[in-house]
Formats: sequence, structure tokens, C-alpha cells
Amino acid sequence: MPFILATDALVWLLVVVAAGYALYCRRHVHLAVPWRRVFQSPAAMASTVVLAAFLAVGLLDSLHFRPQLEQKAGEPKAYATEVLSLLDLGLSHLRGRGEKTYSAPLATRSYAKEQVELPDGKQMRDFPRLRFGGAHLKDEGDRDADVVKRTLGGFAVSIFFVLLTLLAVKKLNAKNPDIPWHAAGAALCVLLLLAGPAIALCTVYHVLGTDKVGQDVFYLALKSIRTSLVIGTLTTLVLLPVGIALGTAAGYFRGWVDDVIQYIYTTLNSIPGVLLIAASVLMMQVVIDRHSDWFSVAAQRADFRLLVLCAILGLTSWTGLARLLRGETLKLSQLEYILAARAFGVRDSRILARHVLPNVSHIVIITMVMDFSGLVLAEAVLSYVGVGVDPSTNSFGTMINAARLEMSREPVVWWALATAFAFMFALVLAANLFADAARDGFDPRVRV
Amino acid sequence: MTGHVSEAVLEISGLRTQLDTPRGTVHAVDGVDFELRRGECFALVGESGSGKSMTALSILRLLPEAGRIAGGRVLLGERDLLALPEAAMRAVRGRRVAMIFQEPATALNPVLTVGRQIAEVIERHTSLTGDAVAKRVLELIDAVGIPDAVRRSGEYPFQLSGGLKQRVMIAAALAAEPEVLIADEPTTALDVTIQAQILDLLAKLQIERSMAILLITHDLGVVARMAQRVAVMYAGEIVEVAQRDAFFAAPQHPYAQKLFQALPSPDKRGGELSVIAGQVPPLTGGFTGCRFADRCEFVFARCRQEAPQLIAPAGSGGQGRLVRCHLREQGLDAARSVAVQKREEAQMADTGATVIAQLEDLKVHFPIRKGLFKRTVGYVKAVDGVSLEVRTGRTLALVGESGSGKTTAGKALLRLIEPSGGRVVIAGRDLASLSQAELRASRGVMQIIFQDPYASLNPRMRVAEILAEGMLSLGIGSSERDRTKRIEGLLDQVGLPAEALARYPHEFSGGQRQRIAIARALAVEPKLIVCDEPTSALDVSVQAQILNLLKSLQDRLGVAYLFITHNIAIVEYLAHEVAVMYQGRIVEQGTAAQVLCNPRHPYTVALLSAVPAVAR
Repeated sequence: MPFILATDALVWLLVVVAAGYALYCRRHVHLAVPWRRVFQSPAAMASTVVLAAFLAVGLLDSLHFRPQLEQKAGEPKAYATEVLSLLDLGLSHLRGRGEKTYSAPLATRSYAKEQVELPDGKQMRDFPRLRFGGAHLKDEGDRDADVVKRTLGGFAVSIFFVLLTLLAVKKLNAKNPDIPWHAAGAALCVLLLLAGPAIALCTVYHVLGTDKVGQDVFYLALKSIRTSLVIGTLTTLVLLPVGIALGTAAGYFRGWVDDVIQYIYTTLNSIPGVLLIAASVLMMQVVIDRHSDWFSVAAQRADFRLLVLCAILGLTSWTGLARLLRGETLKLSQLEYILAARAFGVRDSRILARHVLPNVSHIVIITMVMDFSGLVLAEAVLSYVGVGVDPSTNSFGTMINAARLEMSREPVVWWALATAFAFMFALVLAANLFADAARDGFDPRVRV
Repeated sequence: MTGHVSEAVLEISGLRTQLDTPRGTVHAVDGVDFELRRGECFALVGESGSGKSMTALSILRLLPEAGRIAGGRVLLGERDLLALPEAAMRAVRGRRVAMIFQEPATALNPVLTVGRQIAEVIERHTSLTGDAVAKRVLELIDAVGIPDAVRRSGEYPFQLSGGLKQRVMIAAALAAEPEVLIADEPTTALDVTIQAQILDLLAKLQIERSMAILLITHDLGVVARMAQRVAVMYAGEIVEVAQRDAFFAAPQHPYAQKLFQALPSPDKRGGELSVIAGQVPPLTGGFTGCRFADRCEFVFARCRQEAPQLIAPAGSGGQGRLVRCHLREQGLDAARSVAVQKREEAQMADTGATVIAQLEDLKVHFPIRKGLFKRTVGYVKAVDGVSLEVRTGRTLALVGESGSGKTTAGKALLRLIEPSGGRVVIAGRDLASLSQAELRASRGVMQIIFQDPYASLNPRMRVAEILAEGMLSLGIGSSERDRTKRIEGLLDQVGLPAEALARYPHEFSGGQRQRIAIARALAVEPKLIVCDEPTSALDVSVQAQILNLLKSLQDRLGVAYLFITHNIAIVEYLAHEVAVMYQGRIVEQGTAAQVLCNPRHPYTVALLSAVPAVAR
């Protein structure tokens, strides 16, 4: 049975909006030209590919359903309380194969000693064999050879796709030579070369190890992507209307409207951000706990908290955008085409919508892409402090939070932290590179 | 000057400068030769994009990053400036060749006192130190005519007016007693009366120091006042070189002739200004023939095949006269006709047309607020009791310098700024008595055209949307089709093709944009249009087109214009009545003939005498 979480609905709404915006851009030169300029930057093309990969994982993870329970004939259909996504379905071999506790990447034995019973009935403390990791091996000594064999197999498949990519790049280059397809191709090749062996190995090993309760870290990292994307995009959905409305209103109407709005955002800015967010999240948590009847399944509850976090982050971080827009609108409203519109008796609301907004849209776009990476990092920090997402939600923040204890353990468990770091680094770096290109493309000094 | 040819200080030969742009290499300066002689003022005249500023920057090797000098020589005495290493070049700049720029407000460092900035030049280029420098700074400030040198030297740029800042710039340029002073549009940003003072100062200094001045300007009036010799630039080339008097009496190149004909002046009243068809060709490609061929009315087959050389016209008898035109091989062209007609007083007189707009004791006071609670401590009286009448089908010119309140008065008339006092009666209705909704409905009666055609059109809207906006807002036109028909009619009226509708403003040139702005104002069928310096951002030849258009629209539609300007020549050409504004008040008012020929108020007299005239 399909099951739509609130964030799913909003994420897909955002996808629709983005598609609509793309169509709108195609038909408006003043938007199409800067976007074309953005995609003429090699860095932007490469980061687009990386972001697209993250996005694909995130979107697959945003199609939820509740599996049907097996029942005897005649009974009414019943559904599990567990909510799964298409991604879970694809990774079921990762999700189901929990170990008891920590195990290193590609290990065959646990990372913690246990009492094991020997065949002769004696007991001793040893590192037990893992239930799934490398379980197919008859002799543990064959592990290295097996890993190499599977890696090479994975590479072989990758190389097939790499060749396909190169061919496509060549075709696209001939068709559209001013876009740096080779950069996108290179990024895609790197992704393919990483993905091939990972997929080949992950069916029988824990590629990136397991965490404290034996969950596969690779799976956790993939599941965390959605949380990051949701935080990075849905927050802007909250932030944009507030920031745009208040910023342009302050700059256009001036006088007491400007005073009031400036007063609000100065006050908001003076409150320490983490404190404000922590207080809001904790208050919302109380509300959630008191109204547990609002949610039919646990996933819904965690999802609601994620949504609330987005809203709170959005409501506390619109000030930067508003301030930028106020300044730009102050400048614009003195321009003569706005005076000319006023001389026609055009209404203020229409002037704001037709004359001011399209001319500040570059600031909005630049702020949006620049804020994305900041929000992804903010989520990690907040979850680390304990006021971020629900502990049951997979996120890079919760992974890092858990790593606090693992780092002080002897011997150190490094792989969970390293994985969270690598995934976040790739995501944020790609987002930042893209933001840089977007800023250059929309720079008003290179006017269309 | 005539007859005696003094030695050349600066010799430029075959100078070629290129700019790399996304559209290709622009040959901004393409083979320019001239010489600058000791003690003379040599004017380089041309419209925007002709390459005159690029020539000046090339001489000092101060080109923008995308620019490079592709060839030629710049000989200062015996040394080729283009061959010098950068370190040696720094010793030339400011020491032997100095430059002053158009915008004094941005050419001075705002965080250093003016004395310090002049002292910097002295310390860099002379051996003076300590007190000697300070003494020299005071001498220089005194020499450029700034009173109270001791106090002024300790002040910051923001404490000085535009004219004083330009004087400081000149003082700094003179600090090392350069042989050559390059003045790039030195007075374009200044008011007429200040411009006259600065030009007088430059002329005085030039004689005192027997310095050579290279004057870059687009204003033929300034040339007439300052220069001994003139060179006209067009599309990266010099097309004519002549002594000033010979040039103004009989310009030889068709382009120069056209420039004179396009200038508005009283003798052309009633008639159309002559315009130069077409546009300056793009300088990216090569040229096979004459660069002016496409716009020239004397063009013949040879012009398209063979690029003319700079030749001495047959029968010119030396005198350093050079023209780049095939026609001049046959001899000099006739002198320019300067017909100083008697004004037809009858035309000037009030024909009793109905009053469309009336200002009575209009006041606009901006409060000065201070302190925590923004208490009003005083007022800036931008407009302080102005009374005017604009009549149907006639033009009232509101003349004044910057800061006189003329633009504020125009905006207050349209209620774009709320007046603080007085009455505005338009088409028989007192605007102050109208509610916001009624005011909005009556907006169609009065419209405005702005100075800067680049800022007055929304870059995010197509021309069709821009023109339809006013109609939609005021409910003009019954249906979408009706409005489209009207818009097409409007484009036709202002001389733009119908396919312009689907395009964005950035695809048009300055003159075309101004036409769109005029069409936008006409769209709601106004009875009064406030024209706020509509041509001051445009070149002379484009200005002529816009003035012709405004005039013919008035003849056909009977609109009244309140024409706000500082350009007296336009007033003489266009206006029926004139009001002179000074510090928020009208000091003199009357028909154009009365005010311009027979000014009564001392300010009007000062203003009119400060205008550099091409021929008077």
C-alpha cells in the first residue's frame, strides 16, 4: 500500500515546481541565458552529475509504502506498521542482514570478542564469525582472493558503462559543443568506477562495516542522503516566501513597514541561533509526545519532526535573504521603470510582482543554492547536539553523534565517521561548486 | 597660432588598440595619427564608441584588462612610450603626461585629504620633501583657483563640491609640471556655469605653463571654446583634422558636417533636425571601403571599394588640414551656413491655448530627521513655491542646474513625490483633492519620459508587455486585440518595426530604447508629458532623432511637454516658453524669445553666458 509521508509530498511538490521553473526558464531569455552560462562551467557540470546521483537516491527513498502482511485467505488485508521506501526494497539485502555489533569493512569476523562455544564443548572468548559478512566463504583465508575477484568483476561492469558514457559524451559534444560534457562524463565515470565494485561486494560483505547494533554502514549512509536533501531543500521552501515577502516589502514601502521588518530581523538575528532552534525543537518534541494519536506509525512521527526541523530552520534563517533583498529593492525602487509604472497608476502589489521580483530573482537563486550546503551542515551539527532529527531517522548527524563514543573506544571504530564524512563532503562540495557557478552565471555585472 | 607651427611634444602614429570581447576582437582604435604641439590645445571629438577615450588611455598605457595595443608608436620627445618597460612608464605618468578624468567624484580617494593626495604626486615625481611639499601643495591649490588653500588642503573629498573636486584633480595633475595634460571629458559631469569656470582655468594654465592639452570631448561647444586644433574621430579612425576656425567655418568630412546639422539651435526652429541614418558599424570585422559609407548621403561606388586615406584636400593650401574622404580630392566643400534668423515673435507669443497643467506655489520639502526618535529638525526645500502653466500643444522648458529642484518639481507635478504644499491642477482637477483611487484613474492624463533609457525600461519584460502595462492599469482598450492594435500603432508612430514587440529592451540601442519609453508614455494618450532630460544620455546624432520625434508628435497629437533640461541649445530649438529655476525657485519665466534673448535675472544671464556655443 503506498504511504505518503508529509516530507515525501513536499519533496515531490518541489520536483514539480523545479520542472515548472525549468520550463518557464526555457521560454524567458533573461533566465535561460544565465542558466546556460552556469552549465558552461565544467565544475558545474561535474557537480550536477554528483548532485543528480545523490538526488536519485534521495527520490527513490521518498516513495514509501507499507508492505502487505502474509495472511491466510479470507482474512482482511493487513499492512505492516513498518514503512519502507523503494530504496529499502532495492537494498533489502543490506537492510535485512544485521550483525550483532561492530564489524570492520569487508570483515568476516566481529570487531568485539564474545564467548563462543567450540565444537568440543569448551568455551572461549574470540572474535566470532559474522552471520552474513563473508558467510559464503568456506575458508576465511580465501577472503582476500574473493574480494579481489569480486572487485575486478565490478570494475568490468563499470568499464562497460564507462565506455557507454564516453560514447555519449562524444555524441553530445558534437551536438552541443559549448557545454563541457567531458566534465560531466568524467564525474560520471568516477561514480561508475566506485559504484561497480561497491555493488559487487555489498551483496556478500559489509563494504563499509557495521555499526554498534550491527546495521550496515553503507546502507545507513545511503538512507541519510534523503534526510540531508530534505533539510537542504524543504527549508528553503519555508525560507523563501518569508524572506522574499518581507525583504521586498521593506525595501519597497520603506517608512514604518521597513522599520518593523528591520526590527524583527535584527531581533531574530541577535538571539543565538542554536539556542533558538534548540528551544523550538524541544518545544515541538513535547507537542509531538503529547499527541501521539496524530501519527498512525512511528515513521510518521519521525518524519513530522524532520518537517518541523525544516520549518524552524527556515523561520530562523530567512533574515539573510531578507536583508539582501531589502537592499536590492531599495536600489530598484528608485529606478525609473518603477517610477514609470507608478506614473501609470499600477498597483503596488503588481509592481512588486512584475517589476521588483523578476529583477531580484538572481539574488534568490544564488541564496538558495548557497544556503543548501549550509543547511546540510547545520542539520549535522544540530543532530550531533541532539536537537536535530528524531534519533530513529537516519542522518549524517546521527551517524556522527554515534561516532562520538566510537572514537573514544579502543580499538577505534573509524569507519562510520569516515563514511559520514566522505558522503557529506562529496554532497557539500558538489553543492558549493554548483553554487559558485550559479553565482557567476547570475552575476548582474555580466548582464544579458 | 596660424602660420607658425611649434614643435611637437607628443607624436602618435599608426596607433592601433584592440579590445577582446565575447563577440570578438574590437578594433577600438584603428590606425590613429596625430601630433600634439607645445602650448596648444588639441581636441579629439567623437560620439560614444568612436575610440577617443581608448586613444587617450593607450597613450598612457592604462587600458582595461581586455585591451591591448596592437601597433603604432607614441613618441614623447625622443622616447617611444609603447616600448618602455612598465617601471619606466610609471615615471612618465603624472610626471611628463598627466590625465584628468570625467568623474571627479570617483577619481579622488575618499579617505585621504585632498592635500595629501596632491602631496603624493609631488613626492613621487619630484625631489621635494617635508615642508617644501606642503608649501607646493598650497601653491597648487591656489593656482587652480580654490580659495582658502590652507583650510581646503586639510579637507576630504566629500566636503568639496563637484567643481572643486575637479579643480583638485587638476592641481594633482599639474603637481609635477607635466608637458602634456590629457583631459578626458573633464567637464561632462559638471554644470554649465562650473564647466565654464573649469574650462577657463584650463585655458589659463595652458598659457601660463605652455602645456599641451589633449582634450577628449563629445561637445562641439567645448571644442569651440578651448581648442586650437580639432580632430574628429569616427569608428576608430580620425576622419578630419583642422584648425579650429577653419573646422567650424567649413567642416569637410560628411560626418562632421552632419554632426553640425544635427545640433539643435535657434535657427533650426520649426524645421527638422538633420539626422545621421543608421548606426556606427561594429568594429569587430574588417572594412573594405569607407566606414561612414552606409550612413553618408554623398556615397558613391568608390566609397564601398576603397578605404579613403587621410588626405590634404585639394586647394586647402596646407594649414595642416586633413580629411578622410574621396570627395575632397576635388577640393574643399563650401562653408557651413550659419543663418542667424530673426526669431519670429509671432510664433513665440501666447496663442491662447488652453492651460492643461497649472502649478500654484508648489512646495516639496524633505524633512531632515535626527536623533533617536527621528525628530524633524529642519527641511531641505527642494522646490519652494513654484508656479507654472503648461498649455496644450506647447512646450514649457524648465531650465536649471543640478540641485535646482527641476526634476523634483516634475515628479511632484505627477504626484510621484508627494508635494508638501501648493496646488497642482491638471485638466481642471486639483490633484490634491483626489483620493488614491481617483488619482490612479487620472494618471493617464500625465506621463513622464526619463533621462536614462537604460534604467527606465524593465529588463525582464518584453516590449509588448512594457507598452501594455499602462493600458491594462488604466483600463484603456476594450480587448486584448484592441490593445495589440494600439501597440502596433504606437510603434509605428515612434518609428520602430513591429517585430520589436517580442524582444527585450537590452536588444535595442539607447536611442531605440528612448523611443520605446516615449511609446510607453503615449500608450495611455496623455495630454501632458514631463520630459526629464530625455536626450542628455544620448549622442548628438541620436538626440536629433529623438527631438524630431518629440516635435512631430506634438504637432500631430497636440501633447504638451514640460521639458526639464540643462541644455540651452535644446531650449532654443524646441521650447515655446521657458522657466529658469535656481535653488528651488523660479527666477525668470516668459516666452523663449524673451528669456533667451533678453534675460533679466542675473542668474539667467550667468547661465546663458556660460554655455559654450558652437556659433553665436
